[in-house]
Amino acid sequence: MKRGLWLLFLLAWLAAPLLGIVPPFWISLANTIGIATVVVLGLVVLTGVGGMTSFGQASLMGFGAYTTALLNTSLHLSPWIALPASIAASVAAALTLGAVTLRLSSQYLALATLAWSVSLFYLAGNLDLTGRYDGIPAIPAVSLFNINLAAPEKFFVVIWVSVALAMLATANLLDSRVGRAMRALRGGAIAAASCGAPPAQAKLLAFLYAAALAGWAGWLYAHLQRAVNPTPFSFAASTEYLLMAVLGGAGHIGGALLGAAIFTLLNDRLQSFLPLLIPTPGNFELVAFGCLMLVLLQTAPEGLWPHLFRPRPQPRPIDETLALPRRNIPPPGTLLLESIALTRRFGGLVAVDALSFSACAGEIVGVIGPNGAGKSTIFNLLTGVDQPSAGQIKFRSEEITGSNAAAIAELGIARSFQHVQLVAGMSVIENVCLGAHLRGHAGPLRALLQLDCAEEAALFAEAMRQLDRVGLRQHADRPAGSLALGQQRIVEIARALCLDPVMLLLDEPAAGLRHNEKEQLATLLRQLRAEGLGVLLVEHDMDFVMQLADRLVVMNFGAKLTEGAPESVGRNPQVIEAYLGTAA
Amino acid sequence: MDASILLILVQDGLVNGAIYALLALSLVLVFTVTRVLFIPQGELVAFAALTYSTLAEGHVPASIFLLAGLGATACLRGLWDARATRNKYGKILFGTLGPPAVVVPLTLWLAPRHPGLAVSALLAVATVAPMAPALYRIAFAPLASASILTLLIAAVSVRFAMVGIGLVIFGPEGTRGIGFSDAFFTVGPLTIPGQAIWIWIVTFALMLALAIFFGRTLIGRALRATAINRLGAQLVGIPAEGAGRLAFTLAGAIGAISGVLVAPLTTIYYDTGFLIGLKGFVAAIAGGLVGYPAAVIAALAVGIVESVSSFWASAYKEVIVFTAVLPVLLVRSLLGPPSEHDE
Amino acid sequence: MMFRVAGLSVSYGGVAAVQDISLHVEAGSIAAVIGPNGAGKTTLLNAAMGVLPSTGTIEFDGTSIHAMDIETRVAAGISLVPELRNLFSTMSVADNLRLGAYRLRREGSAAAARAMDEIFETFPPLQRRKEQLAGTLSGGERQMLAMGRALMARPKLLMLDEPSLGLAPLIVRDLFAIVSQLRATGVGILLVEQNARAALRIADYAYVLETGRITLEGTDLADDPRIVEKYLGQKESKSLGGAPPPKPRHP
Repeated sequence: MKRGLWLLFLLAWLAAPLLGIVPPFWISLANTIGIATVVVLGLVVLTGVGGMTSFGQASLMGFGAYTTALLNTSLHLSPWIALPASIAASVAAALTLGAVTLRLSSQYLALATLAWSVSLFYLAGNLDLTGRYDGIPAIPAVSLFNINLAAPEKFFVVIWVSVALAMLATANLLDSRVGRAMRALRGGAIAAASCGAPPAQAKLLAFLYAAALAGWAGWLYAHLQRAVNPTPFSFAASTEYLLMAVLGGAGHIGGALLGAAIFTLLNDRLQSFLPLLIPTPGNFELVAFGCLMLVLLQTAPEGLWPHLFRPRPQPRPIDETLALPRRNIPPPGTLLLESIALTRRFGGLVAVDALSFSACAGEIVGVIGPNGAGKSTIFNLLTGVDQPSAGQIKFRSEEITGSNAAAIAELGIARSFQHVQLVAGMSVIENVCLGAHLRGHAGPLRALLQLDCAEEAALFAEAMRQLDRVGLRQHADRPAGSLALGQQRIVEIARALCLDPVMLLLDEPAAGLRHNEKEQLATLLRQLRAEGLGVLLVEHDMDFVMQLADRLVVMNFGAKLTEGAPESVGRNPQVIEAYLGTAA
Repeated sequence: MDASILLILVQDGLVNGAIYALLALSLVLVFTVTRVLFIPQGELVAFAALTYSTLAEGHVPASIFLLAGLGATACLRGLWDARATRNKYGKILFGTLGPPAVVVPLTLWLAPRHPGLAVSALLAVATVAPMAPALYRIAFAPLASASILTLLIAAVSVRFAMVGIGLVIFGPEGTRGIGFSDAFFTVGPLTIPGQAIWIWIVTFALMLALAIFFGRTLIGRALRATAINRLGAQLVGIPAEGAGRLAFTLAGAIGAISGVLVAPLTTIYYDTGFLIGLKGFVAAIAGGLVGYPAAVIAALAVGIVESVSSFWASAYKEVIVFTAVLPVLLVRSLLGPPSEHDE
Repeated sequence: MMFRVAGLSVSYGGVAAVQDISLHVEAGSIAAVIGPNGAGKTTLLNAAMGVLPSTGTIEFDGTSIHAMDIETRVAAGISLVPELRNLFSTMSVADNLRLGAYRLRREGSAAAARAMDEIFETFPPLQRRKEQLAGTLSGGERQMLAMGRALMARPKLLMLDEPSLGLAPLIVRDLFAIVSQLRATGVGILLVEQNARAALRIADYAYVLETGRITLEGTDLADDPRIVEKYLGQKESKSLGGAPPPKPRHP
């Protein structure tokens, strides 16, 4: 129903210029807005969702534009054949730049794209191949079914169909398995890695997707103007796209259109209006934009879109009969995780000191010790978030020392975090669904074309089952950030369970919980143990650990103080001294 | 290309490299203290150069009115932000309106009297340097808790406005400033112009002064402390905003001095600053945005790469300089990502 | 009453982390806040220091400091030793201490040097490491430096966030002895601790913080059966484990 309405609106929009009642001036503005929207959609994914700033989108757009220009004028290929080549050229360029900078902090990416867009501008301006600063003229028009689309009101259709497709594809991408991994880049990157979705991969994907849209926009630009030169692909143009994204609301698909429209219209109005007001020659629209952006950043850093349209959380329909294949759980008593003389030093500080212990299937092992004893560091070492300075880690007798977080997740080791790592803006169930990342297989292409519906439904069904299991079913559609901290910890457990783990590592799951919530958690953990899972539990609440754990490992100053059944450990005078503080 | 040409190119490169080194230092300083990547630094360089040239020709530079405008805006902004506490009004008035109150009348009086190069240089620095802390008050201080990327976009917005204003106050024509010295010194195959020696002396003196400031004075240490651990610095009573203002003031002064030094070397247009500043950034990135010595060495390297490539393939000079940063980043990325913060 | 907090609440993104907290610290006394991890202890101190925005009343020496920024609170005589220490890791120990006296910078460097000598008397290991970078210190030395840096400012109110964190019992004992001595000089101390036993031993008054609220307060909490059971374990002589503790508990 809603889709039908949108389609009708789009058709009306596409048909309007063809009726001949819209002045050409407005059609040409609308074309500019459309092309900009396609570029800015890429920035929505890259900057708004992924948290990376690129000053090189116009350069990447230039790759697309020059590629089609060259293929059309030199090789006389059809523009339609050149379209995939344009997109591929931009993506290939982004891949080169991404390989160099994506591992560094994001400010390097921003500055590297800046340097590279300046460099490419001068390169295009000096190479004979690209026609130097004059560029490449006489690019043929696009035609479809022998209809020549050279006229702006006809190419308008191509541009706005592209805008609609790009918006749809972006929406599909963000609401998918890989999309959730991208959305986790801001605030939940470590958690995503522990669910088997490496942040580096998500970053690269966001970068390449933005480049693909830029290449597409470049192709549109080349065939609209029928000529290319370096200026529209300069650093200044790149910043304009960035401003549009921030203006509209960098995290929102609608914001791309809004930002592009407002910027373009305002720019046009200012250019014709300001010279009348101020008779001196000058780029007053630049001054106006600079000041406007500053005011906007300080008053509405989220952009205009969220101020105009408050997105309501929409309950997601879920068919809970769908199931995902389960992993084989080893029989109780099987040796799962072994830490052998594990050591981690930070400068002069030894956080974990030659620690050895093991955990088996169907067993709850508690790790206790005073604050700062190195418990959370152990978790980070065991789950590949941090790497040991010395020692070994084995899982089911295979050495896994040095594996990264995603590889460890793949083995079936799931974890929660002491400092909650949820994506605050995503709904609770989407956060939980991130845990099932490895149980789905749909890649970005299937996501773009929405061929992943069946798999998505199964993933969400699983997420709902786990959410139900931890007792948070009624909160499924709320933003994760709106839950109390204790509940957020429980959401992390549901997310970990979505991985279908063999081994569960929980870092202070009971912190911040009320008494009855703790009882529920204890019941759940007992149930998991009965199912044959191995559970490693770092906990501070003595009552809670004592009643649950089969075995306790007591730590002090990074080293193991003692190990054994809760009763014997509790009687150990050393433990009482260390754990309960200075007795003397 | 024989050895003597190479030597001349290296000499040229070290002249520009010294300027880039100063800029890189100021950019690293501003970034570590405030997390702002101060893109408009290049504009300050160009504005200082153009102000100096205008003054040296005996005209009143319109940049003094920009200073007055920025001062007034910063003052209003400061008063608005302090409305809750009300105890800093005097300080804000003095800090924001003080510099234009001195510089504007002085310039109006001195400029038509052909003040000479030294006075022109001093006035140019006094006009442009206080713009940086004013910009900090207006654009960056209110965003203190925003992300690096938001601050970066704010910096780009400031550059937009500055470039637009630059065209209005300096016009589209370029100017070349008068050098401090037209003497030449012959050393072996090299003929070293007096201006180059001036640049090296001033650069060296500035770096020495900065080293003493950061290493020996309490205020300098406080600034370093803010760069190392912002919250820790606040907890011992170092005001974060004050530290940011100081960092911007120093950066503004360094940028303005660089502008005066660079004015006689080449023709400066209102928008030339961008590429100069960007080369300072290339050096700062190559140095990892943290270390001062690394940034200086990288800046000298940028200067040499630039002069060698302008001889060898002058059309591709900028291409080579800006592409050269990519392999450096590749190496940095292969050596592993830098740790975020110590504690 | 030197330091008073009333009806203090802090929330992150709409979720309350601490709610309606009221407490006070007298000059020359130690008030302790104990409670489990995640109860909001650090949030409470950060709000009191102005690191986090909050709602409610915060008064120091009879004037409201709620609108003051961190620096102004430091200048008024409040110091916080944060949980993460926040040392200047690539500066020397001496420089860290010098900066501690930043609020008293008008008194000159000679006064700061004298104050530093006093710190070295209190924490002898720091003197040996005077020229060493703060980042190379051990955990105990870092905590000493963090406290030393705070004391350089001669605070009237000292707030300590988990001073025992990651320290050996012996060091904790020394540290707490120093805290007791500080009280004797008239400094008011707000001590936030997970190590309930050590904290209650030196505290004059104590608060129990659980899930963001103060659930219990008083002068003799160390003898309160509810505290004994929950935070001190069943008496030292008895075992920790064994049968699950008796119910019901206080809410």
